[in-house]
Amino acid sequence: MGRGLLLAEHDNMALNEATLRSVTAALQIGDVDILVAGDNCADVASAASQIRGVGKVLLAQGEVFEHQLAESVADLILELAEPYETIVAPATTSGKNILPRVAALLDVAQISEIVEIVSKDTFIRPVYAGNALQKLRSNETKKVITIRYSSFDMAETGSGVPVENVDSSVANSKSAFISEAKSQSDQVDLVSARVIVSGGRAFGSKEKFDELLRPLAARLNAAIGASRAAVDAGFSPNDTQVGQTGKVVAPDLYIAIGISGAIQHLAGMKESKVIVAINSDEDAPIHANADYVLIADLFDAVPELTAKL
Amino acid sequence: MKILVPIKRVIDFNVNIRVRDDGTGVETDNVKMSMNPFDEIAVEEALKLREAGVAEEVVVVSVGVEKAQDVLRTSLAMGADRAILVKTSDDVEPLNVAKILKAIVGQEHPQLVLLGKQAIDNDANQVAQMLSALLNWGQATFASDIDISGTKVRVSREVDAGLQTIEVNLPAVISVDLRLNTPRYATLPNVMKAKRKPLDIKTPEDFAVDVSLRHTILETLPPAARKGGVVVANVDELVDKLKNQAGVI
Ligand SMILES: Cc1cc2nc3c(=O)[nH]c(=O)nc-3n(C[C@H](O)[C@H](O)[C@H](O)COP(=O)(O)OP(=O)(O)OC[C@H]3O[C@@H](n4cnc5c(N)ncnc54)[C@H](O)[C@@H]3O)c2cc1C
Ligand SMILES: Nc1ncnc2c1ncn2[C@@H]1O[C@H](COP(=O)(O)O)[C@@H](O)[C@H]1O
Repeated sequence: MGRGLLLAEHDNMALNEATLRSVTAALQIGDVDILVAGDNCADVASAASQIRGVGKVLLAQGEVFEHQLAESVADLILELAEPYETIVAPATTSGKNILPRVAALLDVAQISEIVEIVSKDTFIRPVYAGNALQKLRSNETKKVITIRYSSFDMAETGSGVPVENVDSSVANSKSAFISEAKSQSDQVDLVSARVIVSGGRAFGSKEKFDELLRPLAARLNAAIGASRAAVDAGFSPNDTQVGQTGKVVAPDLYIAIGISGAIQHLAGMKESKVIVAINSDEDAPIHANADYVLIADLFDAVPELTAKL
Repeated sequence: MKILVPIKRVIDFNVNIRVRDDGTGVETDNVKMSMNPFDEIAVEEALKLREAGVAEEVVVVSVGVEKAQDVLRTSLAMGADRAILVKTSDDVEPLNVAKILKAIVGQEHPQLVLLGKQAIDNDANQVAQMLSALLNWGQATFASDIDISGTKVRVSREVDAGLQTIEVNLPAVISVDLRLNTPRYATLPNVMKAKRKPLDIKTPEDFAVDVSLRHTILETLPPAARKGGVVVANVDELVDKLKNQAGVI
């Protein structure tokens, strides 16, 4: 079987769940080694080394990798690419930022956001915001692939494999990190949440969005999501947007409140196990994709629901 | 400086996509086609930079069928100065689009290439990153704010954790996200004027780029349909169903 190199997703402190899900996918293609690129991130490497099925972990540390700028990490992967048949990353914003550079420099066509592995060279990926699925065969000898990780279960963890330090000569004179504004971390992470409550334009203001959705989310131990309209209007931060341009989620329960169900929003949540729509319009398109539909004014229904849970 | 804006003609974002019964792709006959929405935002940003005196010329380019001239004309009507169509018979994969764009950069010498972050037909999200790599230029993707001063560009990027700000040196490739700006409409007089603006037609061979496909699309399938929902009468019934029928709370 061919060997694969998987780029880990992390923030130098903790390994992101996206990595564990992507390992599950990558193991269906072949053997997997994990690359952890960052700075002061030995803990991340040791967490990666606990993932079942992994061959070894490559750890590249240095200031140049601290913020995982695309130019730096792509060049690092190129230094390591030679023995690998596949180069894989979760389709996070970081993976999407880095991997096409790698593909271009290797002169191969990238396969973006696969949701299913049919065989070693044949994959299924959504196109047109998930309104069609493409089954495609890659004719490349080296494959560069990003993984829609919400479609895969988390790999198990167990006994450790070796961590090898990598020396790299990568330098980056083209871009520099300035700052990062992370939104509140007190909330449950959206992509890994078991339950998501999501709000749309109908909330009308940030005050109402917070006042109504937060208690409901707290009751359900849920993450808060939003439609693009709600994010554009400033009700909720950009990283809570669900959809074609936002995050793709597949929780056990997704409650869409005051969201019409545009195809671009559906693209991000229609793989959820159970979908609830709360909407005052009985003809809202979201209903065709929901398991349970409550036709009601959200300003009454949400407090009542919170109280009755 | 000159700004190059690559734009793609795609099925309009409002169209309900229908997969052909024989699995050969999606229905495109009699379907409304438009400029990729992200690319409209890229055009708008380029025009703003020209209006602010940061840029002198905005050149738009599309790789695609003869009809892609329509979206080029739309961006000329928005205010772009000049257009280039690289005429192909079929869809070109992102890697080869990037190679063609690299060759055009070699002729046009822009200092900045502004692209959409993703084409809403193939949802690839690749061309900007690939072009940046092939040119060995700086890269900033998913931009929600762009601030140019001298030879440096400060870009706020929409990332999974929130917003990240980076600085890239010019020349650079930047891909734009939805919240960067709101594109203007082309007014009727400008649509008329756009008809007289220059539009060059080239082919991939002019740039010595081989556009043969690296991937074979075996089949296009409709997504699994969800069955329609049950309407519940009130909040009590909803809670009951979620607890006792779905078992998710
Ligand atoms: C290229 C592109 C990418 C996009 N990407 C995304 C994306 O990633 N995610 C995304 O979400 N959108 C995306 N969009 C936008 C998308 O097309 C829709 O505009 C958006 O999802 C609408 O948000 P909404 O449902 O909150 O608002 P609306 O469509 O305005 O819906 C509001 C809903 O609230 C209901 N309502 C009103 N008042 C009440 C009340 N008191 N109680 C209960 N219900 C009420 C209404 O009946 C309506 O159904 C994208 C668009 C484009 C062009
Ligand atoms: N055929 C094309 N012609 C011109 N520009 C394109 C073409 N394909 C993609 N692009 C540009 O690259 C961006 C990203 O596309 P993609 O990587 O295919 O998702 C688009 O938003 C366009 O700006």
